Amino acid sequence: MIEVQGLSKSFGEFRAVDNVTFSVEPGTVFALLGPNGAGKTTTIRMLTSILVPSTGWATVAGYDVVRDAPQVRASVGVLTEQHGLYERMRGLEYLDFFGRIYRLEAAARRSRARSLMERFGLGNALDRRVGEYSKGMKQKLALVRALLHDPPVLLLDEPTSAMDPQSARLVRNAIKELRSDRRTIILTTHNLSEAQELSDRVAIIRQGRIIAHGDFEELARRVVGPPLMELRTVQPLNGMVEGLRALVGIRELDGDRIVYETANPAETNPNVLRYLLQQGVDVLTLSRVSETLESIYLNIVEEDEDQEQVTR
Amino acid sequence: MSTATEQGASPQAETEKRRERVAQFGSEARWYETIQNALVITRREVQDSFRDWRIMFPIIVLTLFFPILANIASQLFINLFERYGAEADDLIEAFLPLMPMIVGFFPVSISLVIALETFVGEKERRSLEPLLSTPLTNTELYMGKVIAAMIPPLVAGYLGITLYLSGLILGAQQWRPDPDLILLILVLTAIQGAVMVTGAVVISSQTTSTRAANLLASAIILPMSLLVILESIIMIQPGIRHALWYVAIGLVVVVILFVRTGTRIFNREELLGRAIDSLNLRWAWRIIVEQYTGISHEDRLAAQRGDKPLPTFNLVRWYRRTVFPTIKTLRNPMLAVMVAVVGAFVVGWILSSELPLPLDEQDYSNEDLMTALRDIWEQAARDPKFVLLPVIQNVRVIVAMGFLGLFTFGVLALQVVILPFGLLGYIFGNLAASGISATPFILAIVTHGIVEIPAIMIGTAAALRAGSIITRPPDEMTVGEAWLRAIGDGLKIGIAVVLPLLFIAGLLEVYVTPRVVEFALELGF
Repeated sequence: MIEVQGLSKSFGEFRAVDNVTFSVEPGTVFALLGPNGAGKTTTIRMLTSILVPSTGWATVAGYDVVRDAPQVRASVGVLTEQHGLYERMRGLEYLDFFGRIYRLEAAARRSRARSLMERFGLGNALDRRVGEYSKGMKQKLALVRALLHDPPVLLLDEPTSAMDPQSARLVRNAIKELRSDRRTIILTTHNLSEAQELSDRVAIIRQGRIIAHGDFEELARRVVGPPLMELRTVQPLNGMVEGLRALVGIRELDGDRIVYETANPAETNPNVLRYLLQQGVDVLTLSRVSETLESIYLNIVEEDEDQEQVTR
Repeated sequence: MSTATEQGASPQAETEKRRERVAQFGSEARWYETIQNALVITRREVQDSFRDWRIMFPIIVLTLFFPILANIASQLFINLFERYGAEADDLIEAFLPLMPMIVGFFPVSISLVIALETFVGEKERRSLEPLLSTPLTNTELYMGKVIAAMIPPLVAGYLGITLYLSGLILGAQQWRPDPDLILLILVLTAIQGAVMVTGAVVISSQTTSTRAANLLASAIILPMSLLVILESIIMIQPGIRHALWYVAIGLVVVVILFVRTGTRIFNREELLGRAIDSLNLRWAWRIIVEQYTGISHEDRLAAQRGDKPLPTFNLVRWYRRTVFPTIKTLRNPMLAVMVAVVGAFVVGWILSSELPLPLDEQDYSNEDLMTALRDIWEQAARDPKFVLLPVIQNVRVIVAMGFLGLFTFGVLALQVVILPFGLLGYIFGNLAASGISATPFILAIVTHGIVEIPAIMIGTAAALRAGSIITRPPDEMTVGEAWLRAIGDGLKIGIAVVLPLLFIAGLLEVYVTPRVVEFALELGF
């Protein structure tokens, strides 16, 4: 649904996006993560046919972003970084304006606007001026605008920023629902737990380049290595280090707590438990240490920074 | 989520509908669809303007109260004229049409504020990007906003004029204006609004904040104020009042140039690609030098890094690779200059029959001409620097022309160069009518003119291109970059082509032309 190959964008001498390649399948959510100024918004703008790529190509919903710009823009729903609403208009009036631009029939415009407003909890604000909306309501209205013409592709720049937790949950659920509706979604966010929750695949972009991409498991394996297990015992593990080391690779050992890595937990964990039982140690808990996207992200960015310093 | 409107429709049917809707945006846009789409924008913008008290308050005041004040002022002037008796009616007739023009202009001037607000204001509030993400074309967006910026002030301007005229027509004065005059005022008011709006679009696309746009707006306000003063001077002289129609035509040309520039630069890339307003002189200088020398910035950087040596300056290579290709880019401007020059000559010739010079009454002798010519080469023999006089004069004219052309789409550059040709046409027309032999004059011009005229025409073409390139910059360049490169080209052509040719022409003018003319006179031409 979205194909991006060697996409670059320069503004004068500044290269905002540098040779970016990725693809997003229908029914999946792809998260673009990166620090401010990394090139996420420029990438989104190229995919919306607002900016023309300097080199490379991209297709959205089967349309070329340069050659078929009107069709691309008709196929995508965009939630921009700043919601950019017309504050003097009323909510329904605002959506009617965009509905006309997308050439929706009058009846369709009205019913779709109403149902989406209801869906996002804005049902009682239809006739209120947008300027009177709270930040979160404005963000939701902007999202409704992006969905109004029922686009097969959604490009969402920070969709839940400025929302209260309840509204953010509402939007996250909506995104999951949209994904199950075979839509292609690209998401940029600073909220890494949100990206982890919503996205099927992730790309980390820094200084215009994609420095890592893949699904969460792939990235975790690449950055952190094999899965980590944490085991807590009732008695201290003094004197058992050598025996445990023979079974697993120990990462941390701290009195009654041990963290070890294993490529094959199904085989290793029973061995560890058996050993401890033989030593007369009671096991309190054994669980997998869950890596967060945040730690993966930070690791990757730091790794790239180190590499950059070495190159210099 | 997707089925709010098409409840009950199958997913396949929905997908198909979606595809159909998307496909319609790719089809060739018909003109009425373009206008229809533009009017969607216009409707919203006009509604928005009517809801903004900061815009509506001055419009209402200028529409309702200013005509009343103008009526009172007119009555005071009429009383004053009548008190002094003689020819009061003529004075009143000359003065009265001035006021409706001013009454209409004030509300229309608000269009500038609205235009700046709708373009830069929207950019500043970040509400432009959602609009740019829609399938609307650049032309539809541009047209929609331009029309929207004009409607409220124009309606207000016409209302103001109507109120003012009603006061005069129905009041004590019982004035009966000529319908042509009213039409002229209405047309001028609308075109002035169009000039301000289309100019504001050009300005606003080059800025990122309303503050910066307001600062730059003086580039429109000042010339427009001067124009209104000029129009007022013409308006109070009934004998030449028809000249305002020519002013209107001139303004239409300005609007066309602004629209051409506006549609070119009102594009998504230009609007969102621009992030800062600061003047980057280093970058500007670099672009000009790059264009002048033909050595790219990348080559310079590579030389600094030591990757490859900087090419040493080679005059032949410079001409071959940089100067001659630039001359090729001047083909169309050259054609325009030639047409303008020939046109000016023909107009001059035609005018000579309408306003003939009394050449028959002149005490004209070939000996006077010869004395003047001998003076030239005798002075040149004493001081060879004398050659520089015509060169310096021509260079001065070309530099002034280039400078004026840069800020007037090249129009003033063209005007400066066609004036002498119009004059020549006028002189030759008179000579032909009076039966005086034109040969000495032709020789006095052609001998050095054969070099000088092409030099001046090439210089004018470069100035015309530099001024007019902003109306149609190359696709891959911003307006600023195209303008700077054209300036670099102008400098290059000036130094590499025009200056040497002018120097040769100067030598011919001082040392050869007088002798050729003398020879012709001796032969009895």
